[in-house]
Formats: sequence, C-alpha cells, structure tokens
Amino acid sequence: MFLGLYNYWIVVVLMMIGFYIVIAHGNLVKKIVGLNIFQTSVFIFYISVSNIDGGTAPILTEGFNRYSNPLPHVLILTAIVVGIATTALGLALAMRIREAYGSIEEEEIQQRDNREC
Amino acid sequence: MKDLFAVVMLSGIYGLLSASFFVTMDAVDVAITEAAVGAGIATLLMLVAVTMTGRYEQTASHRPVWVLVVVLVTGGLLLYGTLDMPYFGSVDAPAHLHVAPRYINDSMQEIGVSNIVTSVLASYRGFDTLGEVVVIFAAGIGVLALLSVARRPDEDAEIDSINVSMHEKYLILRVVAKILIPFILLFALYVQFHGDYGPGGGFQAGVIFAAAIILYSMLFGMSTARRVINQPLIQLLSAIGVLIYGSVGLISLLNGGNFLDYNLLSGDPVAGQHIGILLVELGIGCTVTSVMLIIYFNFAGRTEDYMRNGRKGA
Repeated sequence: MFLGLYNYWIVVVLMMIGFYIVIAHGNLVKKIVGLNIFQTSVFIFYISVSNIDGGTAPILTEGFNRYSNPLPHVLILTAIVVGIATTALGLALAMRIREAYGSIEEEEIQQRDNREC
Repeated sequence: MKDLFAVVMLSGIYGLLSASFFVTMDAVDVAITEAAVGAGIATLLMLVAVTMTGRYEQTASHRPVWVLVVVLVTGGLLLYGTLDMPYFGSVDAPAHLHVAPRYINDSMQEIGVSNIVTSVLASYRGFDTLGEVVVIFAAGIGVLALLSVARRPDEDAEIDSINVSMHEKYLILRVVAKILIPFILLFALYVQFHGDYGPGGGFQAGVIFAAAIILYSMLFGMSTARRVINQPLIQLLSAIGVLIYGSVGLISLLNGGNFLDYNLLSGDPVAGQHIGILLVELGIGCTVTSVMLIIYFNFAGRTEDYMRNGRKGA
C-alpha cells in the first residue's frame, strides 16, 4: 500500500549514508565525499517529485500536453553548479589544512592544536 | 574503504549513474549538468586534492556505534515523515498545482522559448539565477584567495621537464584527446546557444567547456595549458560574466521597467525576452567556465608547488 513512496525511501537511505560518512570518518576528503552524496540525495528528491506519470521533458512540442514540473529542474540545475563550486572551496580548505598541519585527519589536527595551546 | 583513490572513482561512477537517473526522470537539462559536473569536474578536483593530501585514510579510533544510532534514528524519523507524501508520479501532487501550470501554459506566449526550463531559469526566476551566479563567482574568488601561488619563469621550466617525461607515456590518450577536444568545445557552444529550443543553457555549456579544457591540461601538462589559457584573462572573464548579467538588469531598469524585465529591451516583448535570455545565458556561461578553470588551475598549481617543495625538502 505504501509502495508508491519508494522514491522517498531511496532518498532517505542515500541521505543517511552520506550523513554517516560525514560523522563517522575523520578524513576531511572523505567527509566531503559524504557531503556530496548527501547533496545528491536532495537532488534526486527534487527531481523525483517533479516527475509525472505519462509526462515528458519540459520542452514544448506539438503532440504533447503533459510535461514534468520544470521548476524543480531549474532549482536543481543551479544547485549542482553551486554545489561543485562550494565543494571546490571545501577541498581547497582541506589542502591548506594539509599544508599547515601535515595531515587531514581530524584527530591528528586536534591533537596538534591541543599541544600548541 | 581506506583507499581514497577508489573512493573518488566510485563517487565519479555514482555521478554518472545519477545523471542517467535524471534522464529517465525527464530532467534532461539537469542530466547534462550532472554528467559534466558529477562524473567530470568533481572527480577531477577530488583526484587533485587526493594527490596532495595523501592517498590512504587512517583507521578511526573512535567507535561508530553511537553514530549508527544517530543515523538510524534520523533515518527512521524521515521515513515516518514520508508516509504523508503524495505517491511517486502522481499528477495531482501539491507541487504540480500552483506555479508550474502557469509556466507550462503561458511561457510560450510570454517568453516565446520552447524549453520551459530555460525560460524559468533566465526570465521568470532571473533574479534568483543572478544570485547563484554571484555565489559561484564568490567561490572562485575564495579558491583564488586560498590557493593561488606566485610563480617565477625558471620554476615553470623545471615543471616543464617533469611534465614532458611524464606525458610521453600517454601517447594514445593524447592523440585521442586531440581529436575529441575540438568536438567537445563545439558541443559546448551548441549547448550554449541552442538552450532556447533544446536542453541546454549557460550552466551546462560552462561546465562542458571547462571540462574540455581541464582534460587538455591534464594530458598536455599544466604549463602548456597555462600558455594557451591566459590566467588574468579568465579571472577577468569571470567578473565580466556577472557584469553582463547585472547590466542587462540595469538596462531594463533604465528603460523604465523592473530589474531584469526583458520585455523592454526591444519594441516587441517576445523579441526583448529573446535578447535578454541570450545575453544572460552568455554571462552565466562566461562566469561558470572561468570559475571552474580558476578552481582547477589553482588546485593543480598548488599541488605542483607542494610536490616540488616536498621533494626538495626530502
């Protein structure tokens, strides 16, 4: 009876995988990969909401009168490009941290900070 | 998995898979972007970052049991929340009842562009998109501030010699890439200017264009790429893109309309919309391409620098 909701369940599972990686791993690059998975799950959520049974891509053509919802497409299109820009910023920070601390493991960075205090 | 190289490769495959998922969901514009970004640029940037930060992850010492509990509780709550949601693909879901019908029914008369995604992106929600472009521009400046290194000509020559020895090994890749890259660039231009009628637009074209140039610089060496692509020029271009977008808004303001009201750009409202969308997409394409290139060149330049200093120090 609830089987029609399976798209949301896939989104929740993906989101939780990303969430787990962000919390459980200390490596900063891996955290960014986790954030990316989390982000993609939101993209999939929006795009699956925009889909309509029997609809087609939202490009007006003769012979079709049912299109999938264009608004989520616009939002996600820009979100993907903004997402890569912010991911790059995160990776840049990780690279600077590596230069300054010689490591990108969270625990080592914290230990070094504590020693210096 | 402790090998970050494998992690990055898997995330690239994941990007390609989600792009094909977007195609089956009728979101073609999104799919083009995700294919170029998720499978292309994101993977490359992470690879560059991994070469600098070390390939292997250390074993965590803390216990992941509590993490698992937190994740499972959150996931359970979210699943409970989905029970009230409309079914997948249902026509009368609330999301489809309000703004979308107007876009689908009236955009042809008001904008005259058959790709609804383009008309919503560049015209109806033009102000929103201007914000996104500024965010991308700001991220580019952030990367520039964090990673840019000043280099001297003699350093370039030294890096050149490393590159030449490295790239002779990949002869087949280089020949194939030399054939492919012009077509990728041409396709990017097609996507840019055909965005009104088919899937495409400034964002998609920008990332495809940048991906082609990044491919070039990976195979032919950074210093060759630096000779082809003038660094100050792309930094200027990223600002010019935002400037074009903003100026279109200001011109419509000066013509007595609202900010980004393209109807007033020409005597005929639909022709005005066409001009406005074309200019705005051009601005988006400029900024996206050059910011992606700024990000990549600074990443790679920093890594080269770090590697060389590390070798000298050792």
